[in-house]
Amino acid sequence: MRRGEEAMVPQAEFRSYYGQPVIKSPIWHEPHMPVYLYLGGTSGAASMLAAMATLTGRDRLALTARLVAAGGAAGGAAFLVAELGRPERFLNMLRVFKPTSPMSVGSWVLAVHSGLTALAAGSALVTPRRPPSGPPPSRLAAALPARLAAVLSGTRPAPSPSRTAGAAGAAGVAGVAALRARLVAALPSRAVTLLPATGDAAGLVAVLTGPLMATYTAVLVADTAVPAWHEAHRELPFLFAGSALAGAGAASMLATPLRDAGPARAAAVLGATVETVAGAVMERRLGMLGEPYRQGVSGRLMRAARVLTVAGALLAPVAGRGRTLTALSGLALTGGALCTRFGVLRAGKASAADPKYTVVPQRERLEAARQEAARGENGENAEI
Amino acid sequence: MAERMGFFTDTSICIGCKACEVACKEWNHVPDDGFVFRATSYDNTGSLGADTWRHVAFIEQPGRARDGRGPGGPDGSDGAASNGGFEDIEGWLMSSDVCKHCTHAACLDVCPTGALFRTEFETVVVQADVCNGCGYCVPACPYGVIDRREGDGRAFKCTMCYDRQLGGLEPACAKVCPTDSIQFGPLDELRARAAERLEHLHAGGRSEARLYGADPGDGVGGDGAFFLLMDEPEVYGLPPDPVVTTRDLPAMWGWAAGAALSMAGAVAISFLGRSRSFPGRSR
Amino acid sequence: MAECHPVGFQWVVEAKARGAKVFHIDPRFTRTSAIADRYLPIRAGSDIVLLGALINHVLTRELDFREYVLAYTNASSIISEDFGDTEDLDGLFSGFDPETRAYDPASWSYEGSGEEASGGGEHLEGGRHHSAAAGGDQYGSGGAPASSRPPSDPTLRHPRCVYQILRRHFARYTPELVEELCGIRPEDFAELADAITANSGRERTTAWAYAVGWTQHTVGAQYIRAASILQLLLGNIGRPGGGILALRGHASIQGSTDIPTLFNLLPGYLPMPHAHRHGGLDDYLANVGADTGFWGRKRAYTVSLLKAWWGEAATAENDFCFGHLPRVTGDHGHFTTVMAQIDGTVKGYFVVGENPAVGSSGGRAQRLGLANLDWLVVRDLTLVETATFWKDGPDLATGEMRTEDIATEVFFMPAASHVEKEGTFTNTQRLLQWRHKAVEPPGDCRSDLSFYYHLGKRIRQRITDDEIDRPLRELTWDYPEEGEHAEPSADAVLREINGTGPDGRALSAYTELEPDGSTRCGCWIYCGVYADEVNQAARRKPRGEQDRVAPEWGWAWPANRRILYNRASADPEGRPWSERKAYVWWDAERGEWTGHDVPDFERDKPPGYRPPEGALAEAALAGTDPFIMQPDGKGWLFAPSGLADGPLPAHYEPHESPVRNPLYGQQANPGRQTYQRPESPYNPPGSSRFPYVLTTYRLTEHHTAGGMSRPLAYLAELQPELFCEVSPALAAELGLVNGGWATIVTSRTAIEARVLVTGRVRPLRLQGGTVHQIGLPYHWGWGSGGLVTGDTVNDLMPLVLDPNVYIQESKAMTCDLRPGRRPTGRALLDLIEEYRRG
Ligand SMILES: Nc1nc2c(c(=O)[nH]1)N[C@H]1C(S)=C(S)[C@@H](COP(=O)(O)OP(=O)(O)OC[C@H]3O[C@@H](n4cnc5c(=O)[nH]c(N)nc54)[C@H](O)[C@@H]3O)O[C@H]1N2
Ligand SMILES: Nc1nc2c(c(=O)[nH]1)N[C@H]1C(S)=C(S)[C@@H](COP(=O)(O)OP(=O)(O)OC[C@H]3O[C@@H](n4cnc5c(=O)[nH]c(N)nc54)[C@H](O)[C@@H]3O)O[C@H]1N2
Ligand code: SF4
Ligand code: SF4
Ligand code: SF4
Ligand code: SF4
Ligand code: SF4
Ligand SMILES: [Mo]
Repeated sequence: MRRGEEAMVPQAEFRSYYGQPVIKSPIWHEPHMPVYLYLGGTSGAASMLAAMATLTGRDRLALTARLVAAGGAAGGAAFLVAELGRPERFLNMLRVFKPTSPMSVGSWVLAVHSGLTALAAGSALVTPRRPPSGPPPSRLAAALPARLAAVLSGTRPAPSPSRTAGAAGAAGVAGVAALRARLVAALPSRAVTLLPATGDAAGLVAVLTGPLMATYTAVLVADTAVPAWHEAHRELPFLFAGSALAGAGAASMLATPLRDAGPARAAAVLGATVETVAGAVMERRLGMLGEPYRQGVSGRLMRAARVLTVAGALLAPVAGRGRTLTALSGLALTGGALCTRFGVLRAGKASAADPKYTVVPQRERLEAARQEAARGENGENAEI
Repeated sequence: MAERMGFFTDTSICIGCKACEVACKEWNHVPDDGFVFRATSYDNTGSLGADTWRHVAFIEQPGRARDGRGPGGPDGSDGAASNGGFEDIEGWLMSSDVCKHCTHAACLDVCPTGALFRTEFETVVVQADVCNGCGYCVPACPYGVIDRREGDGRAFKCTMCYDRQLGGLEPACAKVCPTDSIQFGPLDELRARAAERLEHLHAGGRSEARLYGADPGDGVGGDGAFFLLMDEPEVYGLPPDPVVTTRDLPAMWGWAAGAALSMAGAVAISFLGRSRSFPGRSR
Repeated sequence: MAECHPVGFQWVVEAKARGAKVFHIDPRFTRTSAIADRYLPIRAGSDIVLLGALINHVLTRELDFREYVLAYTNASSIISEDFGDTEDLDGLFSGFDPETRAYDPASWSYEGSGEEASGGGEHLEGGRHHSAAAGGDQYGSGGAPASSRPPSDPTLRHPRCVYQILRRHFARYTPELVEELCGIRPEDFAELADAITANSGRERTTAWAYAVGWTQHTVGAQYIRAASILQLLLGNIGRPGGGILALRGHASIQGSTDIPTLFNLLPGYLPMPHAHRHGGLDDYLANVGADTGFWGRKRAYTVSLLKAWWGEAATAENDFCFGHLPRVTGDHGHFTTVMAQIDGTVKGYFVVGENPAVGSSGGRAQRLGLANLDWLVVRDLTLVETATFWKDGPDLATGEMRTEDIATEVFFMPAASHVEKEGTFTNTQRLLQWRHKAVEPPGDCRSDLSFYYHLGKRIRQRITDDEIDRPLRELTWDYPEEGEHAEPSADAVLREINGTGPDGRALSAYTELEPDGSTRCGCWIYCGVYADEVNQAARRKPRGEQDRVAPEWGWAWPANRRILYNRASADPEGRPWSERKAYVWWDAERGEWTGHDVPDFERDKPPGYRPPEGALAEAALAGTDPFIMQPDGKGWLFAPSGLADGPLPAHYEPHESPVRNPLYGQQANPGRQTYQRPESPYNPPGSSRFPYVLTTYRLTEHHTAGGMSRPLAYLAELQPELFCEVSPALAAELGLVNGGWATIVTSRTAIEARVLVTGRVRPLRLQGGTVHQIGLPYHWGWGSGGLVTGDTVNDLMPLVLDPNVYIQESKAMTCDLRPGRRPTGRALLDLIEEYRRG
């Protein structure tokens, strides 16, 4: 191709060095990286659900959410370490704090967050749970002015024990009770009395780390030269946040008695909606760079994610009707959240592997700048 | 801080001898990159990576029927003749690529451990004893330079021979380059020299000559290692308009914050009026 | 040059930056072409046509540097009327004996000097091989004898004067012929011709650089002759920026011809005595070249050499032990020796720093020879194929050899590399540079000097006082030993080579050598390298601290002169031809030659000096005769003798060529050396089974037979596999895929290589048809501890040589090419059989 001729680079017509990539593909592996994204996000969102549940005196939901949050953070950290080339040097992550490095920021967030959520979960396990009915005994809820508490928890006459708190729920409760009994026995009495308070506190602070956990990973991947990631830096946070919420909602509804899982289902639906919308907007806005999200393996994964998420979201409203529906909805949403993360990783790698995605947009950028300058010279209004 | 040191690689006088590649590996004990015949002209190491810190690219430029003269030379005439209708070659470009030691280095910005740091020569170097192989620098580099070494787990790239510079020696690759295609020195001097060289080539009619990475106003604030190229950057496997990825970081955090808040909102909402929208108990 | 002399090429790049215009003439577009101003593709084996046409261009347009030509060349000399040119004899010169396929050069001589020049003429038993025994070297560096004052015609009109003979001889070499045979377009030829003529004369000079692209031909020596004629006509010899630069090969390959590892030379280009042609010392000296010019001092050189070797034992009475010298009886060259091995007449073999099983033409014949020895000594850095062929050679796979049948006892001696020992390198421009030892050699590795010295000592311990052992007994073999391994002092050896005077002190110039045995000198041209008892080769004064001639960097033979025959840089009166090109000149006041370089001339011989009748040696040359080694002091446009295949270059096709020679009935060099042997048959002439031109060459990334590069990861990874370079057109025609496999076939064998499709190799339109060329680098083999291996290209090469220096024709032959890998085992032999049947 001649100089001058590339005045306007025709789409996808471009030159390269033997078709080799210009940038290096992310070396992050499957399942480590995507699973971490899922677990971290889920943990972040779950911690918020937990806090709200606690505030609104939904201790049962709070318990699950806290466990999900803690489990997600711990599991995520494990995958993160496993992803390192030198796992034994994981702690080097905390050697410095670098605002310019989303991974540095993220590492600190993860460190704090996993601590908080662990504490919260721990306390939830040892704190005696209020009877399924009656006024909110949760120390926090109790501390709140009755009216506000009422609004928050939206209580009317306390619900009577219902069939819908099915066997699973009961079993769950029994299991938790047994576990708690053992823990309490193990802990020094002083701790037992102190833990609940600190646990709740930790759970509340996690409201700050939670959202970060759910979204920093979007910045992490966007802050690279990978075209399909970098250019998507507006939508990715919403995609991840939504997917995190959907995931957390799903996980929580799966392990909470139907009766107490209402907010989890609501969260799942909202999350799924955000995720789906963000994904659609992203692909449209990216134009050619959206290809990797539509084509090939990554494309299939993204489509699967969408189908599962939408399906799960549609089921969620009725999931309260039965365990099966809950299971279907929850699993669909979870699957959707996972597929999204795998799809995003694959799409990133695909966009890095093909020089087209690096060269063509940059050429267009240069060309635009050139015309801009030209127009400027022609004395016309340069800032368009 | 010492004066900023850099490289000016003048590809118009590179003879593709690869002495730079070899000297680099010798000095830095870089392992071989495998023994693969790539059938990409005389290039069998492919690209920069953890095991190749200097890489010589070979580009065979197919000729076009022109004014019936041999391949172009700095005297200006260009173009190969149509050889009785046979496919001809106009030129054979060779270029020794290396880490650009960017003014705004994405790899360094994103490194969470501080393993990557900026030296007193304003070069960008990995501290092998700190790097934990998180791999973040790899996709962050807009030039695809740094990479993680399989088996070892850490990231490696050109150090601009930090150790040699500390010892007052010029980098190994520049030292061995027979034609001075690789020139090492204070960046300002190099930029001036490069401008002159470009003048000269343009005056000689080599209008295709252009500097790459010499402009402090570019997306990475200018390269510590810049080049004189004889064709478009992408032909050499270089990005035409690289931008340090962290330039958009504030915006990214902004969008992330937005997403975080919306999430918080969504959570709050999900705890409202459940009885209405989501029957927990069927009556 | 960029490919094989990258470090030297920096000066070409520098010259280019200063405005020099660089042309590159090569069948392939190489790394050199990439930054040359002009690239001219040429068919391998056709350069004499191009050079001849340039000569013709200069002569017909009278663009020669006439003053220079008249004063400094033999243009005006008149040649014997017996001389018959290729013009008259359809491609043969007079004096050819079809039966021995050798020339008697008598008829080429200057008028009146008659038989004097018939050096190569006598016919001894053994036929041509005997007269060929010394080829062009039979006269040493003095060249052939010829009268110092031949009759001449300064008007250049005499029909038999060299100038007129040249005009007639080269008249056929036209731009049209260049297009027809070389494939170079007339407009490109014109540009080249204009450039070199415009860039020659008083104010400017043009240089030609060549290496084995010009020498590995059956007409190799004549390629260089053609370039010499052109450069002499343009006045580009003996002047700064001029010359014909031979870019040499191995480190110190120049040194190994100065102090030769060649069978037919003694140090300083003194011919090896011949068992039948030479009797005693006087007889020898009478037969080894001229008595005029500096070669006239050959007695001093020879006697000093004998004194260096046999010391006190060498006396005037015993001919200075001349009888102790070994003698040649004929051609003992590399390939003839290999044939003798196959025939069982050569039983032992030293292979030192060479890997013939991979590096020499006819690899299979080489290995057949090795397999038929009693003993073989290989000294190398690594276990090269030559040392391991018996257990892993390709001939085992085809069943042609069986390890259990090979009786050769192989001794492998690990060698110290150049960084593990001290000594000198003599490089391309005759510059001796001293190397200090950087590291101790590992394990049992020893320098070659140490090996030969201690081998000599042990042999001397075993010899009797029998007469036959006298030469060994009386040999001076006493160098100081250093270190735990008793390493002989290389410094002492260099001093012995330099030579000592009666007082035992180091001499400072070869002019101090005496014929009476009072001086000793191991190599007369190196005399002065140890002047003032200082190792002059070890000087390393930086470039910045001396002028551009840099006389204090190393030491150049002879007498530290950086440009040979530099008296030619001044006009006959001794004034520089121009300010711009001033180099050495005559200083009338001081009555001596002076300038930037050491004058290659007697310091005090005035330009006006005219030799008296019957003067000898340098005294026989006038003050206007710059070519002081020549008997007539002139640059030879026409060589009255000294070459085995003619006084002038004529274009002959390579031994194997797809093209007929349109110039003469004589297709190929009549004097070329062939071996009609079953081990290594030739492609049937004009056979349509071998339609392509094959040329072989080097890659920057590897070294020759690969023993030094294939075992090194950092080099091996850069060019991991043997490949063949083919044009897109040929690839399309044969269905070859870039990166795929192809099989290259000759009558010798077939090898496989990866395919590299590239526009850098282009088909040529010749004689109406299309000629495709195929390029093969030859660095691969099956062993040498190589990290990368590949088929051996030399197994394809024919055994056919230049008759002057016995270099193999490995730059131009024919072959066939087929897609896919080669058959293995027996099937390979069957395939070749099929091809041989034509
Ligand atoms: N890197 C490296 N350097 C080396 C060596 C090495 O192996 N590797 N070997 C050393 C040695 S031993 C030597 S002798 C020198 C050799 O140095 P060169 O002579 O430069 O080496 P070659 O590549 O064999 O041949 C040079 C060119 O001749 C071209 N050629 C072939 N036939 C013809 C012809 O008929 N006419 C013309 N005009 N060109 C022709 C080939 O295409 C090739 O490009 O290099 C020395 N330097
Ligand atoms: N087809 C084809 N064939 C060719 C050529 C070609 O162009 N085409 N070129 C020809 C030319 S020009 C040449 S020079 C030959 C080269 O061919 P060879 O000389 O047979 O091959 P090399 O690999 O150079 O062998 C030199 C060996 O010396 C060893 N060595 C290095 N240093 C030392 C030392 O100090 N002492 C000892 N004892 N050994 C040492 C190295 O390890 C190496 O194995 O190839 C010739 N063959
Ligand atoms: S080129 Fe890449 S690796 Fe080198 S400094 Fe810039 S960002 Fe870092
Ligand atoms: S891989 Fe090493 S150098 Fe690269 S970002 Fe991670 S810690 Fe820093
Ligand atoms: S500067 Fe040093 S490390 Fe960098 S490429 Fe050159 S030799 Fe290698
Ligand atoms: S050493 Fe110099 S000339 Fe050789 S390849 Fe490297 S840059 Fe080019
Ligand atoms: S290998 Fe040695 S001789 Fe050959 S180019 Fe390099 S430096 Fe010069
Ligand atoms: Mo050679």
